[in-house]
Amino acid sequence: MDTIEKQLSASPNNRRYLLVVTTILLVLFIWSFTAINLQNVEESGWKIATSILSGIVHPDLDLLLTFTTQGVPYLLVETIAIAFLGTIIGSILAIPLAFLSASNVVPSPVAWVTRLLLIMIRTVPALVYGLMFIRVTGPGPFAGVLTIALVSIGMLAKLFVDAIEDLDTSILESMTSIGCTTFEKIRFGIVPQLFSMFLSTIIYRFDMNLREASVLGLVGAGGIGAPLIFAMNSYRWNEVGSILIGLVILILIVELLSNNLRGKLVRG
Amino acid sequence: MYDKIFPPKKIALPNGKVVLEKRSRVPVILVLLLIAAYFSIKFTGFSLSVLAERWNEFFVIIIDMIPPKWDYTPHIWKPLLDTIKMSLLGSVLGSIVAIPIAYLASTNVVKSKIVVAITKVFLSILRTMPTLVTALIATFVFGLGTLAGTVAIFIFTVAYVGKLLYEQIENVNMGAFEAMESLGMNRIQAFRYAIFPQVLPNYLSTSLFCFEGNVRYAAILGYVGAGGIGLLLNEGLGWRDYASVGMILLTLVITVFIIERVSEHFRKRLI
Repeated sequence: MDTIEKQLSASPNNRRYLLVVTTILLVLFIWSFTAINLQNVEESGWKIATSILSGIVHPDLDLLLTFTTQGVPYLLVETIAIAFLGTIIGSILAIPLAFLSASNVVPSPVAWVTRLLLIMIRTVPALVYGLMFIRVTGPGPFAGVLTIALVSIGMLAKLFVDAIEDLDTSILESMTSIGCTTFEKIRFGIVPQLFSMFLSTIIYRFDMNLREASVLGLVGAGGIGAPLIFAMNSYRWNEVGSILIGLVILILIVELLSNNLRGKLVRG
Repeated sequence: MYDKIFPPKKIALPNGKVVLEKRSRVPVILVLLLIAAYFSIKFTGFSLSVLAERWNEFFVIIIDMIPPKWDYTPHIWKPLLDTIKMSLLGSVLGSIVAIPIAYLASTNVVKSKIVVAITKVFLSILRTMPTLVTALIATFVFGLGTLAGTVAIFIFTVAYVGKLLYEQIENVNMGAFEAMESLGMNRIQAFRYAIFPQVLPNYLSTSLFCFEGNVRYAAILGYVGAGGIGLLLNEGLGWRDYASVGMILLTLVITVFIIERVSEHFRKRLI
């Protein structure tokens, strides 16, 4: 037996473990096929698919290019406004929550309670919040803003916590040793460490919120979702096409910008 | 550009050297953000007075949800299992289909620039479509029910896993691949034996993470008629039967929490 074979036989043998996991996965996979029922598939499906495609290829150009409150540009701006304002409010609210759930800042019972609260905030679907806020503000983009703000808190706070727990405390100690006040320690010791991470997270969340805001219209919380579903339910595929094109272009542009900005932030 | 309008501050050091300190860009960015916020407030009709006056309305529904209606649980099991099945099926099929697509989208294994560009554009268009919109379209094409939801999750998974996978493939160490090609393997064989083992742990971890998120998405897909627990959610909210909604949300929170824990365990083992 030469060295190579020896090394090969010395490598940990986890075949049984892999086999068990694969079998479980396979069984689950086959079991999940039972959820699929095909009796609802109708002949008309194919026709609708082709008409959707032709609607996307021949969009309603009037709708796509008018600047009235019915046109796609206005709706997109409204969606951006919802996402933007929601992100700002959400991030302002998320910062104190994040500090409250960081185990190196507050005692651990407090951190645990806040974390539990955050998990609950994260799991409730945005549409449910949307319906709750509609009771507060009535249908419209205002409800959308509040919903987006609340939904963002969950994820933002979670990512903020990771950044806070990674804080380099030796810097603070050295600042204490040269006689900095508490304010100076926060301003020059903590803020520079956290700022770019926080900003990059917020920009990323804005990107996600834009998608979120575009579907909130389904429950009447403003944005481009409502016209989309109306157009679909009345089979006006040209309108659907123009709305979808507007949405896809907007999201692509924002994603590109946000990736660039975040790249710059990370590189400093 | 900016440095020309606001010239950098000159600081003379004690040893006679002059250094330039660039002016901070924070004020300009802050002003831009404030302007954007102002217009957003105009566009969305945001008003603090309404919020201050009616914020307690928000808790009306939450208070109605407590205590949740416990005897509603038997109705929840089947849709809940449907939701999990939908997301499992969509995630597994989606991550499998993502492999060949990611292969086609990686610049370092496919030499034809056209194929790469087309696949990348295709992937990013798929990714921009919000899942709920895809599900809505799917209900028109495949009829109401779980199939539509599965298709929506499948499409999202292909786009998400596909993107992360091709980024990993492009960052892979190409030495082994070239060595295998020089031994006379064709590109697909070399990919299988040189690149795939390198990206496999990350790929599995991404797929698991995607599955985790998909359970959450699948929970609301029923809202547009694409099957699963969202259907019950929609009904409960429509009839203002908030105690049942509370029960649904409670089971959902628990399920998502368990799935997250399990998947986190496996993801930690993978990396």
